[in-house]
Amino acid sequence: MLLSAVVGSTAAIGYGLAAIGPGVGVGLVFAAYIQSTARQPESSRLTQPFLWIGFAVIEVLALLGIAFGFIWANLPPK
Amino acid sequence: MTGQTIVLADTPFPPTVEDFFLPSIGPWGGPGVWFTKITVMLWLSVALLIIFFLVAYREPKLVPNKRQWIAESIYGFVRNSIAVDMIGKEGVRFAPYLTTLFSFIFVMNLWGIIPFFQISPNSHIAFPAILAMISYVMFIYLGFKKHGLGYFKHALVPPAPWFILPILVPIEFFSNFIVRPFSLAVRLFANMFAGHMLLLVFTLGGFAMLNANALLAPISVLSWLMTIALTFLDFAVIALQAYVFTVLTASYIQGSLAESH
Repeated sequence: MLLSAVVGSTAAIGYGLAAIGPGVGVGLVFAAYIQSTARQPESSRLTQPFLWIGFAVIEVLALLGIAFGFIWANLPPK
Repeated sequence: MTGQTIVLADTPFPPTVEDFFLPSIGPWGGPGVWFTKITVMLWLSVALLIIFFLVAYREPKLVPNKRQWIAESIYGFVRNSIAVDMIGKEGVRFAPYLTTLFSFIFVMNLWGIIPFFQISPNSHIAFPAILAMISYVMFIYLGFKKHGLGYFKHALVPPAPWFILPILVPIEFFSNFIVRPFSLAVRLFANMFAGHMLLLVFTLGGFAMLNANALLAPISVLSWLMTIALTFLDFAVIALQAYVFTVLTASYIQGSLAESH
């Protein structure tokens, strides 16, 4: 007897798992920037480009997850 | 507007990749779809930028009027806080290209939240791919111009003990020559793609709930409010991605121009 069923794609779960790493990474980048700015307020302008570069490099991991999710969604089933 | 997902009583709920391929506009369509809203937006962005910067700088004054001030602020921002900050004094000669890049990406992204347009051309990978290719060719060309064939050593061999080099050189090659252009393109593309997808999910989700049953219908309002909030988030992403693409291009140029270690 079928009481309940879940339909959909497990890719959503996969992407949720894949987003953990970049989430932690982006958090660390901003935490480090806030900390360095709190310790040395004059350095905020100096470190800002590196903040965004670090953010972008980590963020791309999460975005690759989105892109590949759609690319591999249409593979023929084995 | 043609090409928008048509909102009907039976809205197709989970938005798909098909929603990004818009139908052709008007008599230029023909059998092959090529003149779409995306094409119009591309030409519009180019025209807008050229006209804006030409008009703003037609009669430059010492005390600038509003238009000249805006144009000078954009250029000044890119020149001072991207080109010179990242590349150094030499960066001034790249400021025109970086400004063009920044404002072009910004305008192209901005279509994503302008009513009636509401999709960014950059959500098709072709546009970011070409922009990334230009940056890629540029920093490699500059590297060879500066270092000659020594550029390979400059780019691939970091100052490290010899026994670690067999690991480091392939990693550097992979990161400098393969991942860089790929990640530049994919970052911009995926941000715009995901932004459009999010807005679609919450807009169409509202209709899906409205049509589902009486219990879910009031919640659709919440979904549409979420769409408005996400539009603001999207604006932040749009500005940030234009900035990030430019900063990364500047930093790659800086890497090519740096004195060898």
